Amino acid sequence: MANMKHETVIGLEVHAQLLTESKMFCSCPNKFGAPPNTNICPVCTGQPGSLPVTNKKAVELAIKTALALNCRIEPSSVFARKHYFYPDLPKDYQISQYEQPLATGGWLEIEIDGQVKKIGITRVHLEEDAGKLVHVGAARIMGAEESLVDFNRTGTPLMEIVSEPDLRSPREAAAYTETLANLLRYLGVCDAKMEEGSLRCDANLSLRPAGETKFGTKTEVKNMNSFRAIEKALAAEEKRHAEVLAEGGQVVQETRFFDDVTETTSGMRGKEFAHDYRYFPEPDLVPLEPPAKWTEEIKNGIGELPRTVIARYMKEYELSREWADFLVYHELTGCLEGALKIYKTKPFNYARWLIVELPSFIAELNKEAAEKSNINKAKSELPHPWVIEDAAEKAAEDNYKKNIEVSGKSLPKLNLTPAKLAEIEKLIDGGTLSYKIAKTVLFAAIKTGKELAAIIAQQGLTQISDEGELLKVAREVVKNNPRQAEQYKGGKEAVMMFFVGQMMKATKGRANPELAAKMLKQALS
Amino acid sequence: MTAHELAARLAGRKLSSAELTRSFFERIKKLEERVKAFVTLDETGALAQAAEADRRLKSKEHVTPLTGIPIAVKDNMCTKGLRTTCSSKILTDYHPPYDATVVARLKAAGAVIIGKTNLDEFAMGSSTENSAFQITHNPWNLAAVPGGSSGGSAAAVAAGEAVIALGSDTGGSIRQPAAFCGVVGLKPTYGRVSRYGLVAFASSLDQIGPITRDVTDCALLLNLLAGHDPLDTTSVEAPVPDYRRVLAGGIKKLKVGLISDLMGNGIDREVKAAVKKAADLFARLGAEVIEVSLPTLEYAVATYYLIAPAEASSNLARYDGVKFGYRNKEAKDLISMYYSTRREGFGAEVKRRIMLGTYALSAGYYDAYYLKALKVRTLIKRDFDRAFDRCDALLSPAAPTVAFKTGEKTDDPLSMYLSDIATIPVNLAGLPALSLPCGFSRGLPIGLQIIGRAFDEETILRAAFTYEQNTEWHKAQANV
Ligand SMILES: [Zn+2]
Repeated sequence: MANMKHETVIGLEVHAQLLTESKMFCSCPNKFGAPPNTNICPVCTGQPGSLPVTNKKAVELAIKTALALNCRIEPSSVFARKHYFYPDLPKDYQISQYEQPLATGGWLEIEIDGQVKKIGITRVHLEEDAGKLVHVGAARIMGAEESLVDFNRTGTPLMEIVSEPDLRSPREAAAYTETLANLLRYLGVCDAKMEEGSLRCDANLSLRPAGETKFGTKTEVKNMNSFRAIEKALAAEEKRHAEVLAEGGQVVQETRFFDDVTETTSGMRGKEFAHDYRYFPEPDLVPLEPPAKWTEEIKNGIGELPRTVIARYMKEYELSREWADFLVYHELTGCLEGALKIYKTKPFNYARWLIVELPSFIAELNKEAAEKSNINKAKSELPHPWVIEDAAEKAAEDNYKKNIEVSGKSLPKLNLTPAKLAEIEKLIDGGTLSYKIAKTVLFAAIKTGKELAAIIAQQGLTQISDEGELLKVAREVVKNNPRQAEQYKGGKEAVMMFFVGQMMKATKGRANPELAAKMLKQALS
Repeated sequence: MTAHELAARLAGRKLSSAELTRSFFERIKKLEERVKAFVTLDETGALAQAAEADRRLKSKEHVTPLTGIPIAVKDNMCTKGLRTTCSSKILTDYHPPYDATVVARLKAAGAVIIGKTNLDEFAMGSSTENSAFQITHNPWNLAAVPGGSSGGSAAAVAAGEAVIALGSDTGGSIRQPAAFCGVVGLKPTYGRVSRYGLVAFASSLDQIGPITRDVTDCALLLNLLAGHDPLDTTSVEAPVPDYRRVLAGGIKKLKVGLISDLMGNGIDREVKAAVKKAADLFARLGAEVIEVSLPTLEYAVATYYLIAPAEASSNLARYDGVKFGYRNKEAKDLISMYYSTRREGFGAEVKRRIMLGTYALSAGYYDAYYLKALKVRTLIKRDFDRAFDRCDALLSPAAPTVAFKTGEKTDDPLSMYLSDIATIPVNLAGLPALSLPCGFSRGLPIGLQIIGRAFDEETILRAAFTYEQNTEWHKAQANV
């Protein structure tokens, strides 16, 4: 293979939509899925005379991210205008940061085959998102009979994270993006869903002879909508570069789009515009000068970073790597720690609820919701008059509405608090509930929002630990199964399992298993 | 009559705001054909506001010095629901969905907005001849220009079509027309008054300010306009004094510098003489008058014509036919819609500046033009700083000549640009300055410019008030 002689060099630009209440430069809600052009105002529609006001929360989230990426927060950073004409850009310039970004010079550690590698972060900066176009009669604006623009997304806070060209393979690029996405989610700054576009990634890729220090000609690859797509797109582009170079050709510097179906990249059709964005400092905004005290406060608020937490959970809590990862990246550590503070038991017990049982509870709830919504959908399904620019986006939008995710953020929706987890463990340890019954109780509590005690009382689910009562049941069970009783008495001790099962059946699972066995032995002797 | 005189009569219930407003509309109907100061008149809205003002005056609740006073607003400030055109074809039918902060403040104070005044398209010009709709005439001589770009506001006040008016000043657009029309015009310090809702020409230079018949009205209106606005982060949270209370007190011991660089070649002889006489009066009134030189001023016009067009080219990008304003409806695709909309929607001067600014910001030229201009701007600021080490206020002509004839300079942009030679440096340095009448030449008013330290409007208002109290120029009336 030609690329055996070559080294691949990749740098990534990641755009993350920030989880703020309002937009980047106005007070419109920063929300997904509202009817077109309802979350708009004079500022985000670029009305003459309107002026931007920087969203402090967005700055805070970007600083938080930058600090977690070991960046230096610049004492003064400057917004700039980036000019290009397009209908989804109301001012025909985007407010971004150019020469003086918010933060510079950090790194992110990624793990590949058990090896830790430090990837340099060039800069973190803030900017605003553009609106969305809907075309009639064609998929793109060129050739469309009519195009409609929705400004709801205009002005959504975006954070751009630019890496150094430190990545050496498509796999590393995918791992970097995934690690970064996990970090953003952990920090609560972005929900980092590539499929929904809340996290977007562009890559610069070039090849150079092994050992060479100068960079080869790069191409920019766009339209990669999942971690898998990043790996596939860059592998395809890497292969293409290698082939061009092997034939003695030259790579043309250009932007290329990845096609998910053919798994190839292609250059822009027609002539490529050499954009001159005419950047200049945004005169409507004063430089961003975050006070050192504020930065310090934000830093203190970050707490442990994922890698540290995972290591601690493995060592102190004796959890597996997979479980520790799961808890950290699904933002479930807060719930676990909270429960431990209220009632001390083995961390494994709480982790099991969150990792094993919670997903199955959620799957059950989603299934019920899907069944309901299918009925509604069938009623309302009508042919659509227009083509949406991205059908996948629409589908994702629909999913978003009904799906509850396995995430710390879903816990309030599920009425699942650390206190509830602590209580259920206490009830198990105290012998009031068996694990099996506890599961039923907790699911009912999640579904109805009721207190555990109320559910237990209402359904009479308390574990039976009264020896007299259990002995009565045991005698009944023995009496009803004379053949098995004979076998047991004949020395076949394994039959005891059968009797315990019968006890459980008779008590609807409420019998304390240990006592049940003890009473059975008594009844059988 | 001035606002402070009328306010006393309104408060004494000798006159109602409705009567006052109606009388102004009668006068407008008589004069407007000749002056053409207004792009849009809003008699219905004004009478409703007057009725509301009368209720306030009657109940004596929420009465401010401007309650019930008819005011004209330059047509580049957004008025909710009332057409705001910037005197451009591209915004002919633009009805803003919101009020500019200054307009909201006027409304809250109970002022009566009678209409929107003509300007050079997007405030780009010095004669109000670059309007897509009409040419405004100087009330002192209808064959002369009123100056610009706030020519409509200055002419309206001079002609008695409005008691007071709002203008905006990017390179002299309040002070030069105030000088040409014989009224008082103040450009506040950059950041003193909110720009929210002022349709941007050059964001780092634009400021809104009062155009009035005398200094007292100027102070009253500034009281209302000044102060931080959370919607404009470039507006400053500096304390705002009551400007009317600081007018008296005189100018004894005040150190005043006469800018020698603006008293030489290129300045009309009679203008120079009037300014010199004004400086002498300052000395007689107790000020210490010295000559100062600001050597970098000669680069100010060139610097301005890089920075202002660069910002304008960016600010005016949004007029693209997509969201609001004029659109060429025949265009068959996006690019041709952009081209034809902007080609047809903008006038020649606006297009000239967009091209100039686009060029100055382009890759390969940015450093040589825009960045260099920013550096010179810093030097000009430094020159002013040095002058203010020795002086409390600076004096100069507000314009090199009195009002020129309509059409005289329309074919010669450079000579038109030079009519702002005395005012432009002040915008580049972000300082406050006002112009007030200081004489006449060939029957046309001469303006005296008083420049102050940043956020020291107080001193220049006091100096102007003292001068005004000792002269009669402001009492002269244009006879339309
Ligand atoms: Zn908005």
